[in-house]
Amino acid sequence: MLIFSVFKTLTDQQVTVELKNDLSITGVLKSVDQFLNIRLDNIQVLDAARHPHMMAVKNCFIRGSVVRYVQLPAEHVDTQLLEDATRREAANPSKR
Amino acid sequence: MSSLQGSVDKRVLLILQDGRCIVGTLAGYDQKSNVVLSDSKERVYSMDEAVEEIELGLYLVKGDMIILLGELDEAKDDAVDLSEIRAEPLPPVRY
Repeated sequence: MLIFSVFKTLTDQQVTVELKNDLSITGVLKSVDQFLNIRLDNIQVLDAARHPHMMAVKNCFIRGSVVRYVQLPAEHVDTQLLEDATRREAANPSKR
Repeated sequence: MSSLQGSVDKRVLLILQDGRCIVGTLAGYDQKSNVVLSDSKERVYSMDEAVEEIELGLYLVKGDMIILLGELDEAKDDAVDLSEIRAEPLPPVRY
């Protein structure tokens, strides 16, 4: 649930999503849901010359279960706050 | 699923777990993101031949097979000459 909240604070930021089929897609994070399904706008595929499949795609919906990594903009994540929140949740697992 | 509502009736591209690419008009979907496409075609990419389009017609894709659904910019898509394109097929998903 914590990570879901983090993603919600990152809407309208530029992120790069690497999928489990080795495709990397950069775009503006539009929305995210409880499964960490991700909606990206204005997308660009890394190494577009090798992957012309998505040339004409402008925005997309990615299933959460196929995401391998998400690169976040460091300046928009308060890592100290995240650390504290993680500790709080770990100390008090009933309150999720 | 964080809503496919906005994409209904639009041309969409699906990428599936096994690496297949299917384009079609999004006719409907449900809460498990099972998807129905009309006028759908599979696009088969290869390095030694042009992109082959296989007519699939009305097609239902189970939600758990879908890894990505992209809305196509139709003008851009029509401008692409598929017979010019050579590309590796997308790899299947490895967990």
